[in-house]
Amino acid sequence: MSHAQLAPPIYGLLAEFDTATDLVNATKAAYAAGYRKMDAYSPFPIEEASEAVGFHKSRVPLIVLVGGILGGASGYGLQYWINCISYPLNIGGKPYQSWPAFIVPTFELTILFAGLCGVFGMFALNGLPMPHHPLFNVDRFSRVTRDKFFLCVEAADPKFDMEDTERFMRSLQPASISEVPH
Amino acid sequence: MQQGPEEKTILQDVPWPDEPAVMAPGQTFGSVTDTIADAVLTRPIGLGWLFGLLVGMTLLGVLMAAVTYLFLVGVGIWGIEVPVAWGFAIINFVWWIGIGHAGTLISAILLLLKQTWRNSINRFAEAMTLFAVACAGMFPLLHMGRPWLAYWMFPYPSSMGVWPQFRSPLVWDVFAVSTYATISAVFWYVGLVPDLATMREKAKHPLTRKMYGILGMGWRGSARHWKNYEALYILLAGIATPLVLSVHTVVSFDFAVAIMPGWHTTIFPPYFVAGAIYSGFAMVLVLAIPIRKYYHLEGMITMRHLQNSAKIMLATGLIVAYGYAFEAFIAFYSGSTYERFMMQNRWLGQYAFLYWMLILCNILIPQVLWFPKVRAKTGWLFCISLVILVGMWLERFVIIVTSLSRDYLPSSWGHYTPTRWDYAVLAGTIGFFSAAMFIFIRIMPSISIFEMRTLLPEAEVKAK
Amino acid sequence: MKKESLVKIEAVCPSKMELAEVQEKLSRAKSGPQYWRSLEELAQSDGFFEMLHREFPRQASVWPEGTSRRDFLKLMSASMALAGLSACVKIPLEPIVPYVRQPSEVVLGNPLFFASAMPFGAYGSPVLVESHEGRPTKIEGNPEHPAGLGGSDVFSQASILDMYDPDRSQIITNVGELRTWSDYVLALEGALNSQKALQGAGLRILSGPTSSPTMGSLMEQVQTAFPQSKWVQWEPVNRDNVRAGSQLAFGQYVETRYNLEKADIILALDGDFLSSGFPGFLYYARQFAARRNPDLKEKMSRFYSIQSTPTNTSGKADHRLPVRASEVEQLARAIAAGLGAGGGGSVPPQYQKFVAAVVKDLQAHKGAAVVIPGDNQPPAVHALAHAMNAALGANGNTVTYTESVQAKPQDQTAALKDLVGEMNAGKVDLLLIVGANPVYDAPADFGFADAMDKVPLRVQHGLYQDETYDHVHWHINGTHYLEQWGDTRAFEGTASIVQPLVAPLYNGKSAYEFIFATVGSPESAGYDIVRRYWQDQVKGDFDTAWRKALNDGYIADTAFPAKTVSSKGGNIPSTNSISPEVMEVIFRRDPMIYDGSKANNGWLQETPKPITNLCWDNAVLISPSQAKKSGLVTGDIVEIDVNGRKVKGPIWPQPGHPDNSITVFLGYGRTKAGRVGTDVGFSGYKIRGSDAPWYAETRIKKVGEGFGFAHPQGFMYIDYSDLPKGTEPLKNRHIIRKATLADFISNPDFAHEGIESPPPEMTLYTNYKYTELKWGMTIDMNSCIGCKTCIVACQAENNIPVVGKEQTMRGRQMQWLRVDVYYEGGTENPNMFYQPVPCQQCENAPCEVVCPVGATVHSTEGLNDMVYNRCVGTRYCSNNCPYKVRRFNFLLFQDFTTPQFKMMRNPEVSVRSRGVMEKCTYCIQRISHGRITAEKENRKVRDGEVITACQQACPAGAIVFGDLNDPNSRVSKIKAQQRNYNLLEDLNTRPRTSYMAIVQNPNPELETSEPS
Repeated sequence: MSHAQLAPPIYGLLAEFDTATDLVNATKAAYAAGYRKMDAYSPFPIEEASEAVGFHKSRVPLIVLVGGILGGASGYGLQYWINCISYPLNIGGKPYQSWPAFIVPTFELTILFAGLCGVFGMFALNGLPMPHHPLFNVDRFSRVTRDKFFLCVEAADPKFDMEDTERFMRSLQPASISEVPH
Repeated sequence: MQQGPEEKTILQDVPWPDEPAVMAPGQTFGSVTDTIADAVLTRPIGLGWLFGLLVGMTLLGVLMAAVTYLFLVGVGIWGIEVPVAWGFAIINFVWWIGIGHAGTLISAILLLLKQTWRNSINRFAEAMTLFAVACAGMFPLLHMGRPWLAYWMFPYPSSMGVWPQFRSPLVWDVFAVSTYATISAVFWYVGLVPDLATMREKAKHPLTRKMYGILGMGWRGSARHWKNYEALYILLAGIATPLVLSVHTVVSFDFAVAIMPGWHTTIFPPYFVAGAIYSGFAMVLVLAIPIRKYYHLEGMITMRHLQNSAKIMLATGLIVAYGYAFEAFIAFYSGSTYERFMMQNRWLGQYAFLYWMLILCNILIPQVLWFPKVRAKTGWLFCISLVILVGMWLERFVIIVTSLSRDYLPSSWGHYTPTRWDYAVLAGTIGFFSAAMFIFIRIMPSISIFEMRTLLPEAEVKAK
Repeated sequence: MKKESLVKIEAVCPSKMELAEVQEKLSRAKSGPQYWRSLEELAQSDGFFEMLHREFPRQASVWPEGTSRRDFLKLMSASMALAGLSACVKIPLEPIVPYVRQPSEVVLGNPLFFASAMPFGAYGSPVLVESHEGRPTKIEGNPEHPAGLGGSDVFSQASILDMYDPDRSQIITNVGELRTWSDYVLALEGALNSQKALQGAGLRILSGPTSSPTMGSLMEQVQTAFPQSKWVQWEPVNRDNVRAGSQLAFGQYVETRYNLEKADIILALDGDFLSSGFPGFLYYARQFAARRNPDLKEKMSRFYSIQSTPTNTSGKADHRLPVRASEVEQLARAIAAGLGAGGGGSVPPQYQKFVAAVVKDLQAHKGAAVVIPGDNQPPAVHALAHAMNAALGANGNTVTYTESVQAKPQDQTAALKDLVGEMNAGKVDLLLIVGANPVYDAPADFGFADAMDKVPLRVQHGLYQDETYDHVHWHINGTHYLEQWGDTRAFEGTASIVQPLVAPLYNGKSAYEFIFATVGSPESAGYDIVRRYWQDQVKGDFDTAWRKALNDGYIADTAFPAKTVSSKGGNIPSTNSISPEVMEVIFRRDPMIYDGSKANNGWLQETPKPITNLCWDNAVLISPSQAKKSGLVTGDIVEIDVNGRKVKGPIWPQPGHPDNSITVFLGYGRTKAGRVGTDVGFSGYKIRGSDAPWYAETRIKKVGEGFGFAHPQGFMYIDYSDLPKGTEPLKNRHIIRKATLADFISNPDFAHEGIESPPPEMTLYTNYKYTELKWGMTIDMNSCIGCKTCIVACQAENNIPVVGKEQTMRGRQMQWLRVDVYYEGGTENPNMFYQPVPCQQCENAPCEVVCPVGATVHSTEGLNDMVYNRCVGTRYCSNNCPYKVRRFNFLLFQDFTTPQFKMMRNPEVSVRSRGVMEKCTYCIQRISHGRITAEKENRKVRDGEVITACQQACPAGAIVFGDLNDPNSRVSKIKAQQRNYNLLEDLNTRPRTSYMAIVQNPNPELETSEPS
């Protein structure tokens, strides 16, 4: 559209709110208005917010589960291979496969793998570390780590239109609106 | 963390009218953020802090000297001998590991139990865990006759084709402790990330900004991120809980799996874990009480926290007492002449004094915590906590030394006397621990800022 | 062996010279085996003098307070200077003959055995010497020898360390300056020429006693060359009383020999016949053990002991009567009277019952009873013993008399007294001291040193620059018996040739060569001297006889025939006794360092003494009740006053010690023994007078307290303990299982009655099968006499380090084998039991399960292997070992630097360093040796082919080792017996080492008085 062509190349529009409630309501409204490529930003986790932006299910639990199974299997496998295949030894008359003794390392490795997979999985899913992000170009945004709440509708959203979107966002009575340059 | 009203449970910690609140009134997102962050960023370095750090560093120096001499000459510089081949090193190891447990307990178990009051103490409790585990982790290495071969404890394909011996509790220790250290570290770091972002934004000096920026990974509080983050955090708590229980269980196996009278008993895992939490909370109070005073954090770490910790100490202390009682009962009930002798020897033998000292420190004195008046006095809490820390150290001494010095064949009985090097290493690790703590509270927010925000009434979303 | 081969072996191990100049000198002087003889021209260079002095600085024995013995031992690394000289094997030049059944040429890696004998005191003990590539490394008993029967004693076991002792005198000196043999010979010739004129009136030779026939002939040669000269023999723990006793009884000196195999009843009057050092100890120990086997039922012998100081001998007695040394004679008279063998007099009421029972028992066994008096009892007791044996018809049965084994026996104390007199009178011009240290050990009242200083020319020949060295002009460094040719006689006369295993390490002179220099050519070698003597003795083909003698280690049928003696009659004058009110002090030779000559031997110093289990010190032994009376506790320092002569020593309350009496072990308080033995303990010689050499009146008073003893094992009572009242009794642990003979006959299974022992099949797991070989060991506590020889043998075999007093006090002694002593029944007169505890080699080894790196694992032969290289030193295995048989290198105990020790070590046993756990391995190196030989010959290992070091050394044959899969092996047969039991059986560790329960044979009449 003509407007779109005129529109300067930006990342998106950023609306600032004072309370969590405003943010959640605004986000819900935006979602209802058909916006999809958007995200809510807050100084602490707000479950309703992620629901509102339409992000319902995290894949972290699956990763943790897989990691745990992997750890447990490799833990017991290692011990079995060492004691029964690679280098069987008579240790104080105990059988080669002393499974009760092998439980402890198996358990520990389960935990270790699950934990590490989870952590790295989470960062990967969140695309972190990401030292720079367009939002950091907006000075006010720095307060997201303090006491302010933000809603960003991204230009990449098909429904995004400079004026319409801005008009729509004003209707949410934000504390302020600012463009997010690339 | 943040609960909608419908999530309230009986577990949830709801102050009674006359009880102090989890957070002083009149706080806002901003004020919370500033109070905690400024303690690190803007507050000038105080004399008290400097002095404390100096003491810690001095003791750390002692540790360095002791360890150098140890590596040069050998473990013979300690008081250990045959039959008592384990001494301070293992005692300290168990003691420190135990102390570490409270941190994980607070951050993980209390999180699962939705004990929101934990939010203001979990951060430095976790830090405490890390440093305590670091102290503990030194000892298995130091106490070896040939420490330069410590890596033989780990499974790696060696040219000899030999492997660790997985039936040995010491190998279990290696796995348990290293896992515990790793998980606690990542748990602590993950918890820090959003606050590091806060610090990044608040820090003035470009260098500190850069530092926090790098550590903060460019966290921007996205709702999607928070969702994954929360999922992970709760899962970490979920796996850290069995982990923390397993660690001290495994440590107790060092004794329970051996056949020495007084070691070979099934009561050990539960009462070692209880003892660990016991001493851990004592250490939490020993740290929290001065910190809140010095940094004026009474608004965040309120009497409520201290009192709840005191109650937990009281509870775990009673479990420990039960452990002692049951140990004694089984010794006689077992009908084993060795066990009976071991118990009598603890009561009347050459180390009887220490045994009764530990009963005094771990069981009798802490009973005063029943009185609300005592729980309301920080001074009292501080002293009792110190007493408990001593008592728990003595417990490990009694378990290790009395059993070994009077074992099966009377002909090989011996007597254990620690040398100055034993004391040097103990003091040294305490120095390491306190130095680390002092540095930590100066460079990291010692209270979880974003979790504190969730405690504010404004944090609740009133859905329309 | 031929010279070429020798040269070859030289090449095998090139010399490592430290000092460059010496190096090039040597390279110039090098010429095959002769090369070592070039030391003299070497010695011309000043640099070499310097080096030698640095080798032994004057202050070598003076070190700052509180430096531990271990440090002393480590200081030996300072003596690197001579490394080049001593770190190389030196083969004796003359042909020596290896032991039978051995390849006669050196195969690298295979040890050779040579039969020889160790001269000790006046007697020789037969030995086999193990030699690796020309380095003697281990002493064993000689099973072929009629007087040895294969056993061995602590002194011969430890003698290997004596030889390699870096503190040995390595040079010839004149008033402290380095000299050469030729210098000495020059000086000697001058003195001798003047003596020739005087018929040797001014020549005196002072030597230790000897049974060497060659030395005996040398004595005669000296006598003929210098008619007026006198040869004085002196040893501080001499047998003057024995000789005087025999004079008293028979009017002549005869050697008394016992035959315990025939003895049903043995009565010891302070006779310590089961302790190393007693003539015939090895022989008697075997015989005694044989008759103590309870399977003999009624034929099991009964042993009464009337003794003063408790010894490991009295510990074996069925009935003990601890009396003051001065009271023994009184009892002897009473018993003699009872037997109608003279005597008479009355005994205190408390003894009458005992005496009556003994008399009755002895009479009931006429012809099969024997009375054994102690060397330290006065002549009268010996005379009475002779009389009693005669009355009991023992002569020819349990007792035989022979010629004196010792060459030219004499009343040593008297002879020494005369010598001192003459020296003071200035009658002595030339004094030659051979293998004696009178300045240290002469009776205190002689003032020997001062007298000696009056002699114009004084020469000492010996192994050490000891106390006497400070008073002589010339010192000639002697040779150890492993470096020299010689000969000696065992206690029953059988002669042995002493053959050198290695050429003198420091180019010393043997006593033979030294003496021969006075009467013959100073250059003639010991080999020729000894050979020449025997050539005259042997008829027929000498060379074969000589070879055979060297091969067997003894000369057949040289034992003295029995001699008929007739009692001189007349009644025996009684020795003036000490009144019961006055305290007496008893002097005894030390069980480990003997008269002090072994003081610098770390192995002996560190081996816990029998009964007391003390090491690194002597103590003032006193009865616990007496100590209580005098308000003394362990570690109090008392001043012992024997008419004016005073010495201070620490108190040690010893159960079984008589009241109002104290015991002092001699041999300590050396001031110039070497790095190990100097300033250890206190010297009993300071208060020991010639008038009362064995016990004397004394007064003690407390002058200090808090002395720390090195005491590897605490006092342990199985029925009583110093533990608080009401604590669990230790006897419930069934560590010692015992019964009386009567009970054993009625109930042979007493050792297992009511004692939990889980059956092997009681397990969730499938037991491992040990199909090929299955090693096991049994230790018969009934035979064990607690002499501790096994400990020293183990130390020698397995390169076990010496840790010193300080570390021993900390409980860090390293000996793999220990002999526990348990008491039963009060402190006045307790029963004593000895229990040697090596690794039990458990099949369910608790130590293995807890090792994090698998450094200790089970072998297919059921051994609990210890992999030193894999050990990281967590010490968990030691904690989890219920028998506490594991030893840990808490510090760097091993001395890796001293060259002498490098030569001494057993190359088949790896030397452990700091931070490593170690323990008994059933001498795995010997096992592999046996297995390999068997495999090469494609057969199974024969029973008795593999013998552990402790087993080989045990004089009583208490230890048996072998294959449990072979039903006919000795060990399997013994394990099948009912007396066999495991230690701490209820733990189900299933040890491979098991014990034979103790059976005592008390006299029913006395049993009531026996504490139970």
